[in-house]
Amino acid sequence: MRLDAQIPPGPIAQKWDQHKLAVRLVSPSNRRKYEVLVVGTGLAGASAAATLAELGYGVSCFCYQDSPRRAHSIAAQGGINAAKNYRNDGDSIERLFRDTVRGGDFRAREANVYRLAQVSGAIIDQCVAQGVPFARDYGGLLENRSFGGAQVSRTFYARGQTGQQLLLGAYQALCRQVAAGGVRMYPRTEMLDVVVVGGHAKGIVVRDLVSGRISAHAADAVVLATGGYGNVFFLSTNSFGANVTATWRAHKRGAAFANPCFTQIHPTCIPVSGEHQSKLTLMSESLRNDGRVWVPQRREDCGRDPGTIAEADRDYYLERKYPSYGNLAPRDIASRAAKEVCDEGRGVGPGGLGVYLDFAEALRRLGVEKIRERYGNLFAMYERITGEDAYRAPMRIYPAVHYTMGGLWVDYNLMSTLPGLFVLGEANFSDHGANRLGASGLMQGLADGYFILPCTIGHYFASQASPRPPADHPEFRRAEEEVAGRLGRLLAIRGRRTVTSFHRELGRLMWERCGMARDEAGLRAALARIPAMREEFWGNVRVNGVPRELNQTLEHAGRVADFLEFAELLCRDALHRGESCGGHFRTEFQTEDGEARRDDGRFAYVAAWEHRGEGQEPELHREPLEYREIALSARSYK
Amino acid sequence: MRLTLKVCRQKDAASAPTWETIEATGLSDGMSFLEMLDVVNDRLTLEGRDPIAFDSDCREGVCGCCALVINGSPHGGHRGTTVCQLHLRHFRDGETVVLEPWRAQAFPVIKDLIVDRGALDRIMQAGGFVSVNTGGAPDGNAMPIAKAAADRAMDAAVCIGCGACVAACKNASAMLFVGAKVSHLALLPQGRVERDRRALAMVQAMDEAGFGGCTVTGACAAVCPKEISLECIARLNREYGLAMLKGE
Repeated sequence: MRLDAQIPPGPIAQKWDQHKLAVRLVSPSNRRKYEVLVVGTGLAGASAAATLAELGYGVSCFCYQDSPRRAHSIAAQGGINAAKNYRNDGDSIERLFRDTVRGGDFRAREANVYRLAQVSGAIIDQCVAQGVPFARDYGGLLENRSFGGAQVSRTFYARGQTGQQLLLGAYQALCRQVAAGGVRMYPRTEMLDVVVVGGHAKGIVVRDLVSGRISAHAADAVVLATGGYGNVFFLSTNSFGANVTATWRAHKRGAAFANPCFTQIHPTCIPVSGEHQSKLTLMSESLRNDGRVWVPQRREDCGRDPGTIAEADRDYYLERKYPSYGNLAPRDIASRAAKEVCDEGRGVGPGGLGVYLDFAEALRRLGVEKIRERYGNLFAMYERITGEDAYRAPMRIYPAVHYTMGGLWVDYNLMSTLPGLFVLGEANFSDHGANRLGASGLMQGLADGYFILPCTIGHYFASQASPRPPADHPEFRRAEEEVAGRLGRLLAIRGRRTVTSFHRELGRLMWERCGMARDEAGLRAALARIPAMREEFWGNVRVNGVPRELNQTLEHAGRVADFLEFAELLCRDALHRGESCGGHFRTEFQTEDGEARRDDGRFAYVAAWEHRGEGQEPELHREPLEYREIALSARSYK
Repeated sequence: MRLTLKVCRQKDAASAPTWETIEATGLSDGMSFLEMLDVVNDRLTLEGRDPIAFDSDCREGVCGCCALVINGSPHGGHRGTTVCQLHLRHFRDGETVVLEPWRAQAFPVIKDLIVDRGALDRIMQAGGFVSVNTGGAPDGNAMPIAKAAADRAMDAAVCIGCGACVAACKNASAMLFVGAKVSHLALLPQGRVERDRRALAMVQAMDEAGFGGCTVTGACAAVCPKEISLECIARLNREYGLAMLKGE
């Protein structure tokens, strides 16, 4: 396997424009001859499917939910970044680029990030034209707010439902193409394998989740926009069904998996309340604009009513440790700081796993109405879940797994190491390095889907693609049989443990050994435990029913089986990366005051893992990261 | 804490529904309603029985997947709350809880508590969009939009497409769903170009899908987890009427 990032030559500001000129095009009348399969209908998938159909390609689009509108992008709350400089506060493409590279702790590719910043403005324009009801000021112009890791206001938002509104915009564009005949939509359909013919991805195998029928689809290219793998931790802010299956299956067919250990723990989630909890709920980072994070100075105050703790007895630890960014320190830093104060025994709430997010000062300064307008739905959500009123008492928050920066390795054209397989959005690894800044996930998903893939996929068709095989090609039959065989095996076990119990056990192990802080001993313990857990799963899991029916336990079992394989790669990557950077914190590698110690001499590269067969160790390939525009430096938010 | 569940079960689209009584034990009031069903399903699975099929995904009230009628009320009857955000502290220990799927001709049952809501997608495909291709959009600030209009559009745009409005309506009408989308787009200048065609096409698709007519009882708005206002139906009627008069 050779990693060639295909970064175009020339100055960074001109790379994308020159690349667009250099790529080969497919003429409008020829586009209808090409079939593309798009898996996933979140921001990246829906925008790509709609845009490809607008261009004239034949598109089939798949999602496991009952409607494409339900993909988990819908749950993104806070906003989307764009370098518009509408606030006149010194923003520019260059600054967004720098903030993103720095925020990613120098583990992202410069050229990709620059392009992301370049197209960010066009995303806002496109969404406004679709009728996305962004917040506006009294003059009728677009409003902005600040997000972590930036000192400018460049985040566009639609109350606390920005992801929902952007996704509905993309979904509506998709609906228009379904009606026009450009997209065939397959809801309640889960992708279970990629089919490779002649070294190129030429199709997928799917299961109809209603009838249980397995079928193959042939195409000229396959696009995965299937999101992240945060549910390997069981408890996360991801949707219940989010899984690694599509990317993991592609990995086993030849797509390298990059930087799986870069996982993001979001600092502001509602703390865990009980053992049966099935997911964690995020409270938007935008709350940190007006909320102040604190814990009691003294341990003995932790059980007290927060209102009775005097100002002098509170520790506003983010403001204290990071005076210039304060409560808006990047996510990895804010999360780790919360863990530290809780480890010191100063956490609040049940189990001492929580910190306060206090709006008292903002309520005095701005009034209840203003706060309600900005965050009303978040306060209401908090009350629904906890039964507490955050207008009266501070919220309690704690970090939770939220986003995964790692993903399938892609080149500048968003193509994986498996030719013809393109990967977009959270499913790829490319733009966020070791830590994603808030409001950049929506930006990247839409950049990939609306603007980048539609340009680069044509180049693949015009220059490299081999002819589309017929759907009765033996490779398709073989892949179908493999998928059916695997499902049959899961159903034949009839063991004594539930799928959920395995998923929960794996999640707990990953959170403890490979969560917010990692060390060699813990990772080695996890690597020893996971294969045993996998063996028990395949010998003792209980799935009832038959394959040819709607069988939700069977769906979950297939996903957990893949998590049980993937978790090992995640831990292996975390073990090999002997440095701390972004979301990957190795306790052996920290400065005296507890900050991450990056090692650019040894680890300024993308770790891309190649699958070498069942039971074989994966092979590590390194893509060196070169920083020509921004000098490598230690991050400081002090 | 324990509950007695009376669940309407149906093996598949072709089978007849039956009622089954299932005891849910070992619960705590901090659990969500769906977590309670997870616990019940794990037990049923280990007993070799078929777990209760139900839809859910985001479990934070925004994807619109979850769809249960609890004690006769879609989403369980708590204001502004989807089933996935409903917690057991709202139930009494030992209470009997009746669970049914969304019931409407346009929402055929697939299995147990899962229905096919594809009809809502078909309505959206008929006209629930602005016809702009990716690319040629003008600058986002080229067209100022009054804050009040943008806010009202957002009030309608927060619809999650769950279909509770249909399930609550004695006519199984989808007018609140359609009204929300028509309102969102008609309130913004970007959506006005196609307003007439949109209103006519979406109403026609709604009728063809088998949803009933609206008699403005307001049951839809009362159960809407996003508290979409009946105003949306009034606006839809106005948009539709004007389009008819114009003879579009």
